[in-house]
Amino acid sequence: MAIATGNRPPIGAIDCDIHPAVPSTRVLLPYFDDYWREHVLRRGLERENLEPSSYPANAPINGRPDWHLSSGPPGSSLAAMQSHLLDRLRPSWAICNVIHGAQMMLSEDLSAAFCRAINNWIRAEWLDRDPRLRASIVVPPHSADLAAEEIARLAPDHGFVQVLLLAMTELPLGRRQNWPMYKAAQAHGLPIGIHAGSSFRHPPSALGWPSYYLEDYVSQAQGFQAALNSLVTEGVFVKFPDLKVVLIESGATWLPASLWRLDKTWRGVRAEVPWLEQQPTETVRQHVRLTLQPFDAPPTEPQLRTLLDQFGSDRMLLFSSDYPHWHYDGDDALPVGLSPELIQKICVDNPLETYSRLKETLR
Amino acid sequence: MDRHVVGSVTDIPPGGRKIVTVKGRQIGIFRIGDEFFGLINRCPHQGAPLCSGEVVSRLVAPSPGDYRLTRAGEMIRCPWHCWEFDIRSGQSLCDPDSVQVRSFDVAVEAGNAVAEGRFIAERVEVSVEERYIVVTV
Ligand code: FES
Repeated sequence: MAIATGNRPPIGAIDCDIHPAVPSTRVLLPYFDDYWREHVLRRGLERENLEPSSYPANAPINGRPDWHLSSGPPGSSLAAMQSHLLDRLRPSWAICNVIHGAQMMLSEDLSAAFCRAINNWIRAEWLDRDPRLRASIVVPPHSADLAAEEIARLAPDHGFVQVLLLAMTELPLGRRQNWPMYKAAQAHGLPIGIHAGSSFRHPPSALGWPSYYLEDYVSQAQGFQAALNSLVTEGVFVKFPDLKVVLIESGATWLPASLWRLDKTWRGVRAEVPWLEQQPTETVRQHVRLTLQPFDAPPTEPQLRTLLDQFGSDRMLLFSSDYPHWHYDGDDALPVGLSPELIQKICVDNPLETYSRLKETLR
Repeated sequence: MDRHVVGSVTDIPPGGRKIVTVKGRQIGIFRIGDEFFGLINRCPHQGAPLCSGEVVSRLVAPSPGDYRLTRAGEMIRCPWHCWEFDIRSGQSLCDPDSVQVRSFDVAVEAGNAVAEGRFIAERVEVSVEERYIVVTV
């Protein structure tokens, strides 16, 4: 008898993290303005793939074998995504998060130009072609002002439901230089999604550059811890009390232990950060959400329940398939051991509460 | 509950404190202006001699970077792990509803009242000209 490795999510679940891939830089050309199209062509950038090295093409985790395409990277075909995911799991909505070299470029202006092109492309070639799709606004994270401009440009289109950042950028995410992005996001009712990844200004491990993909991948959780500590400690949620942050592909098991250290230490050094009036864990429960896949669940159901108890809230997890990455087989995108009530929360209630724009079904 | 005379008001200048022993219990008597407060000398966290910690103010910030010093000299900071407590109420700042130091009622009585009333003088000589600190334990 086969052992159940997961459960099928209910029809109408909201998939909070899928990854359409830019098939080649060339497809973006129509979506640049004249100036930046000429810039890109003069430099021959359309011949580069500009894919971040954090997703090595042959790492099994980065593309489920039955979701590979005859041409182009996994996730680059809308028709394939429809048949692999949308028509099978039948989510009400799925949120597209494009991870691309645009978020890592050193030139703030080129980064902004590429982000604009990607956002125009995802709107025209994905959102406009399938009403179940929504997207995050990709922004140049190293220029908060240009990022805020891009947020303001696209916020009126309610096909965009979030602003996308990477966990590890030039500065810890809580620093005040980044606040114009949070101000713009709060003003437009958009959560900030923080995806696993780095713009590689710093090593992904605090110790230096790792030698192997395994180290890099596992160290991403440290990056999330540091990013979350920074957001909380710098007072981002005090300054922007309506802001929600979604940690995407962060894993979940590190969170209770990390928050325990944060709470415990805060009690003695509270006066250093006097804007933190309440226990950091309370702030995190109010403002922070985590997507499900890849779920680093412990091996047994009692252990999973212990972990969920330690979260102290059933409002924090959001369903995600992480299509086309390989974290489950068949249609079993949910881990075993979740109660029906929790499945309803994770798949529907929590995403709707986080992405309030989804409640407006018409764009 | 009895009322114990633990010293003369001149023993503790404003901003000062004195740790006294009443019924075998150490109690910190704090003076803020002309008001007196009593806290048990035992931190609710792990039992440090709380009242020997530093007397500090309440540092607040309604928003990041907007620093304000309030309640000058009205907090006691535990000498072990630096949790802060409100001297007036015994409440901790980190978890005011559930972490509290036991506090005692402290009053000031005139010497003649002390001489005539039903007080227990804890090694304190009473003279009618002075005013005395009286703690209810
Ligand atoms: S014993 Fe007082 S703070 Fe730990």
